[in-house]
Amino acid sequence: MTNQTEIMVDVTQTSSYFKLSPSRLLGLGLMTLLVIAAITGPALIGGDPNKQSLLHTLEGPSIAHPLGTDNLGRDMASRLLSGAQLSLSLAFLSVITAGLPGAILGVTATWFGGWPDRLLGAFADAVLALPGLLLVLMLAAISPGSWWALYVGISLTLWVEYFRYTRQRTRIVLAEPSVEASRLLGLGPWLLIRRHIIPEIGPGLLTIAAFGAATAVTAVAALGFISVGIRPPTAEWGVMMTELLPYWREAPFLILQPVACLILTVLALHLSVGGARLP
Amino acid sequence: MSSFGKTVFAVLATRGLQAVVVAVIVGIVSFVMMQSLPGDAAYRIAAGRYGYDMMDAAAAEAVRLELGLDQPAIVQLWSWLTMLAQFDLGISAVYGTPVADEITTQLGYSMLLAVGAVVASLLIALPLGIASGLKPNGLLDHVTLGVSIFIRAIPSFALGVLLVLIFAVQLNLLPVAGFKSFANLILPSLTLGLGLAAVSNRVIRDAVVDAMSADWRLFSRTKGLSAQRTLSRHVLRNAALPVVTYVGVQLAYLIEGVVIVETVFAWPGIGHALVHAIFGRDIAMVQGTALVLGLTYVALNLIVDLTCRCIDPRTRRA
Repeated sequence: MTNQTEIMVDVTQTSSYFKLSPSRLLGLGLMTLLVIAAITGPALIGGDPNKQSLLHTLEGPSIAHPLGTDNLGRDMASRLLSGAQLSLSLAFLSVITAGLPGAILGVTATWFGGWPDRLLGAFADAVLALPGLLLVLMLAAISPGSWWALYVGISLTLWVEYFRYTRQRTRIVLAEPSVEASRLLGLGPWLLIRRHIIPEIGPGLLTIAAFGAATAVTAVAALGFISVGIRPPTAEWGVMMTELLPYWREAPFLILQPVACLILTVLALHLSVGGARLP
Repeated sequence: MSSFGKTVFAVLATRGLQAVVVAVIVGIVSFVMMQSLPGDAAYRIAAGRYGYDMMDAAAAEAVRLELGLDQPAIVQLWSWLTMLAQFDLGISAVYGTPVADEITTQLGYSMLLAVGAVVASLLIALPLGIASGLKPNGLLDHVTLGVSIFIRAIPSFALGVLLVLIFAVQLNLLPVAGFKSFANLILPSLTLGLGLAAVSNRVIRDAVVDAMSADWRLFSRTKGLSAQRTLSRHVLRNAALPVVTYVGVQLAYLIEGVVIVETVFAWPGIGHALVHAIFGRDIAMVQGTALVLGLTYVALNLIVDLTCRCIDPRTRRA
């Protein structure tokens, strides 16, 4: 979950960051569509994602069910949208929960230095001792099937990256002569943070956030698929894949739908922050 | 002590601390798990062992006494930690065999899968990366970049499902899951290997581009070496350094991949065992497998750190 984004962040250059390449536009566009669909979709389609209709199982697209029905006759479109809501909101919340404290701690620790800085650094190192997924998995083991276990586990895993990145960058910024001059002039910490630190760490934080959100979406679906995450009958993409896998021969188009949603979301998140520049 | 010795000591100290942290976190989580699981663990374990029909209150009581489930949780945690200090992982509550024995077998299967994944990734990434690096911004370079971005966006379990549907179900070429023959190794290795190759082919490509534009390459051509010989004797050797490091980083990443992909393919490795133990409330097994996975992760990171310091003198100053 972690190692690959570190390389990405190094590549990001502050000056060229806000130039939108075609691939970033594509990613941002896709992401906007997905978010709009997740927010407004259930209201537009209106169906109940858990309403069964055993007379109409594994049906192809029709006017009543634009994406067909699953093995229990539930409407695929409303299930996919409901799954999108669940995944995207959990990803968004855990990115915020991990990102804000991570970045704030990173800046404060570097600002004050000394033993709090070293202590927090050691704590971050300690958290990195466990592979992120293992932590999420063990929390899921404590509280099987709960949304909270996933949320807490993913947030706990993700904050370290913000902290380490912010700490490393802030240290470089604070050592710059311009910053030293501002400090000598008696300018307060808020101005320094606003004028020097935030512009420096902002783009990198956005990149980490997008990759973190992709990690969260993937983890939720992966754990749902191997039956240790969100549980049926909740409409979640990974759970839907498990449910539809046995009906691959009768209805191949059904299982491909949650798979496609998942890939599109991760792809959109990667592309939106310039994932085209692989290491 | 030389500066090299000092940094090695610092690396060993950090990673050693991490190993302790892994043990403590795994211990605490298992402790909480024991407390918070709903229902009576003794009944569930007895049912798992003898079957739901053969199980009664007496059997459950026997299990309770045998596993010490009647004692306070803190006592149980303490007894596990002291056993751990003696490298005794306890008895699997479901299988009734020592956890360490089970894990030894599982670890072998997981390593086999990890080796298979790395071999698959190198077979894919090396030719593509080198060919793309020799002609940067050529057609092949652009196509592999596009495909890499796409494949990296496919989560490993979804990739596994897609490969199963294509090769096992539709084309009927390879077995779906389990472990009976070598053919069973192909799909899970390919699943993990494709994911690794999607990133590593770009690392290889960049390393080759760097080496091809280096001054010493021009020199070796000027002194009369053939293009072929320059490539094999100088370019590829220099490009190998970052690639070797990166393969190490990927091995650590594989720990997560293995848990998911083993479960998808019912591969009898340690990740599958962990997920299975979570279902079966086999707390000793959860502790043991999580501990071994965590420690392997720390050990791999340690090896990567030390290798970097041996290969590249610049990292020694950090």
